[in-house]
Amino acid sequence: MRIAGCIAILVVITGAALAADIPQSDRRSGTSFMGPDSKAMQDDDTANPGMLWVLDGEALWKRKAGTADKACADCHDDARTSMKGVAARYPAFARALGKPIDLEQRINLCRSNHQQATPFAYESHELLALTAFVAEQSRGMPIATGDDPELAPFIERGHALFMQRQGQLNLGCANCHNDNWDRKLAGSPITQGQPTGYPLYRLEWQSLGSLQRRLRACITGIRAQAYDYGSPELVELELYLMTRARGMTMETPAVRP
Amino acid sequence: MARAAFIALCAPVLLTVLGPAAAQALRPYTVAGDALPQSLTGTRGDATRGRALIVERTSTCILCHSGPFPEQAFQGDLAPNLSGSGSRWSEGQLRLRLVDASRLNASTIMPSYYRVDGLARVGASWRGKPILSAEQIEDIVAYLATLRN
Ligand code: HEC
Ligand code: HEC
Repeated sequence: MRIAGCIAILVVITGAALAADIPQSDRRSGTSFMGPDSKAMQDDDTANPGMLWVLDGEALWKRKAGTADKACADCHDDARTSMKGVAARYPAFARALGKPIDLEQRINLCRSNHQQATPFAYESHELLALTAFVAEQSRGMPIATGDDPELAPFIERGHALFMQRQGQLNLGCANCHNDNWDRKLAGSPITQGQPTGYPLYRLEWQSLGSLQRRLRACITGIRAQAYDYGSPELVELELYLMTRARGMTMETPAVRP
Repeated sequence: MARAAFIALCAPVLLTVLGPAAAQALRPYTVAGDALPQSLTGTRGDATRGRALIVERTSTCILCHSGPFPEQAFQGDLAPNLSGSGSRWSEGQLRLRLVDASRLNASTIMPSYYRVDGLARVGASWRGKPILSAEQIEDIVAYLATLRN
């Protein structure tokens, strides 16, 4: 009995040592890993290229579209009040669909159901612009994703995907973002993989990009098969990352190298 | 029965002929303790080519490791510095660490460079292929063996 108990405890301890979640007090946004130039660019709205998408998003918010000939603003009014805090709790559980959806999918649902317009393609300028505009209304607020109990099994699946080793390099997200975030991969700092600033302007992309684009880049980096945009797996990963980041500050539109 | 055996026998030949898109048969090897004493190709690798391979980004080594590569501005620090590898390990031990480091440490993050099984969700362009060829492994082993200090 006692030996079995000891073994069980040992297993728990080594398991924790190998892939320990980051303690709350050690959590850091990708921003804190950047050099002063990129930080200055993020902090100054007149220098932050992401603000161009936010401005376009604001124009789209007010523009009538689709057979319904309605603008987002016709239903939601002033985004500064109606959209405050919304992005900070996405992905959220969509009861009609029985699964979580991310902010891009929520925007496209409004487009098809309420505006009766064709959904925007993933990474299209319009979808990035509207998402950035909506998410910017939560800038400075704490992330609050994951309250709905219906989300629990999906968060668990996202967590499993985060831990899973995959690809020709046989690495899991946790190997880098939980276990080695204070280190460097070739020249780049390995951050904690926090989702605080999306959509964000990445200098390497010369564009704004979604969290799903970033996840697909890491998955391809370990030479695994990237999940399709909008796939349940990517939404589950986004959901897990956002619940992992609960309480951290929303920074959309952030800048990254 | 006989027909099935015939097809099975032909399969490796077909795979070789089909080329990179199809699974590559790995050369068989024998592990002795914590080493893989025999060259995978039957010959010695070329240390100069081995060094060039290690510093090439696509080989992935210096994503994690640093080493005596002063011309390389970007080296990783997830793994031991490669300087002195040849004093710490025999060629056979180095070969096994490259071929399949997970045999020595099941939870290592070092990829297995000459393995195609037991991997999940490998991307289409890499599926069925080892990260490095047997020749490349031998070149790198030959180079690492020269790192003595
Ligand atoms: C081999 C290491 C490695 C693995 C494995 C890896 N990543 Fe990353 N990831 C990085 C590095 C390095 C960066 C930051 C540097 C950059 O932008 O390229 C990054 C950036 C990120 C970011 C952006 C954070 C920010 O501040 O904007 C997220 C989110 C992320 N990764 C999630 C994941 C997920 C989810 C997985 C698994 C599917 C994963 N990563 C696998 C190395 C890795
Ligand atoms: C994703 C990270 C990663 C990559 C990529 C990687 N390694 Fe390693 N390597 C490690 C780690 C970590 C160790 C430490 C031992 C362990 O974890 O098993 C190690 C150990 C070694 C050792 C033994 C070092 C010693 O002195 O103890 C050698 C030699 C080595 N690696 C060579 C290579 C070569 C050559 C390549 C590329 C072909 C490579 N590694 C790619 C992570 C990596």
